[in-house]
Amino acid sequence: MSWTWFHKLGSPKWFFHWSKSLALPLFGFGCICLLFGLVWGVAFAPEDYQQGNSFRIIYIHVPAAILAQSCYLALGLSGLVFLVWQMKIAPIFIKAVAPVGAVMALMALVSGAIWGKPTWGTWWVWDARLTSVLVLFLLYMGIIALQNSLNDVTLANKAVAVISVVGLINLPIIKYSVEWWNTLHQGATFTLTEKPAMPAEMWVPLLISTIGLYCLVAGLALWRMQTEILIREHRSNWVKQEVMKDGL
Amino acid sequence: MHPVRKKRLFVIMIILVLLGSVVSLIMYALQQNINLFYSPSQIVTGEAPYNANIRAGGMVVEGSVARDPETLAVSFEVTDFRHKVKIEFNGILPDLFREGQGIVAQGKLNSNGVFVATQVLAKHDEKYMPPEVTEALENAQNTSLNNTSNIQPTY
Repeated sequence: MSWTWFHKLGSPKWFFHWSKSLALPLFGFGCICLLFGLVWGVAFAPEDYQQGNSFRIIYIHVPAAILAQSCYLALGLSGLVFLVWQMKIAPIFIKAVAPVGAVMALMALVSGAIWGKPTWGTWWVWDARLTSVLVLFLLYMGIIALQNSLNDVTLANKAVAVISVVGLINLPIIKYSVEWWNTLHQGATFTLTEKPAMPAEMWVPLLISTIGLYCLVAGLALWRMQTEILIREHRSNWVKQEVMKDGL
Repeated sequence: MHPVRKKRLFVIMIILVLLGSVVSLIMYALQQNINLFYSPSQIVTGEAPYNANIRAGGMVVEGSVARDPETLAVSFEVTDFRHKVKIEFNGILPDLFREGQGIVAQGKLNSNGVFVATQVLAKHDEKYMPPEVTEALENAQNTSLNNTSNIQPTY
């Protein structure tokens, strides 16, 4: 197997040119999808037989929670890629995505608290699911703090990659927390092997808003990465040409 | 793959596996503390401590809810379909509280084996349904029940 494509992906210059025209369409498509899914879910989907209208916060809560975990998975994998292959692009990705993931985790926590008050009767309870998601949020905050407190770029890259990889252990804990222990949070509604435990008129808008949020986050990540590439590579010739071309 | 990289990947994987097992052993040891509540079986068999602040969880038994008409006091039984525990509570129940619903109560187990709750939380399952569908399901169930009751005399 040839590894050329893989190594090419790690070159900031190649990545910058390849992703330049991709960020805006992804972000725009994501916004439209998210808006469509949210309006459908909040205004047109049927209400739940038990929870009534308060269940509609699922259309924000679930996409945010999925994205918070997906972003972390991507962070952990790029940490691994950096530690093994020393690719320049990997720490750029971590730096760009960590704050976005932190916002997603915070959104999941806050929307979950707002949802918990009317359904469970409490904003917060220290059960395994809620606590492990809080740990995920704190991991993100740790990564951001470490990134910003180390002035030496090489050291920061390595330290942040190490935490990202180690934090991967938290992901299966979040996923299986509702099965391994008894919790207040209910089990998974969606599994790969079984039919979803809700009708299509409820999960289709949820799927659309989740896809929308994925695209929106991908667009944001590409933009943030491009900015970071320009900052890190500001001494190289191609960046100077790129900046001159835009008439600065 | 370059041998140096292969070695680095191998070392990282070993570290991850070791860390993973350390974390799982710690969580296994702390299982009692991570579990949010004691089940009725655990309480009946004496696994739960008396007069300590704990949580009890289970399904509210159909027909067991007794309300005091004068005050907010309410008593009901919860079950895990093996054992039952009586819970007494004086306060406002969550909207989702009803018979057949999962709940988690916080409070103390007194020496009579009655759980005196200071807070009751409603648990809900992972199923979501529009109200019309539940009605349709109930109707279908009723008609099938009627059918069976009609058929029964012929046996």
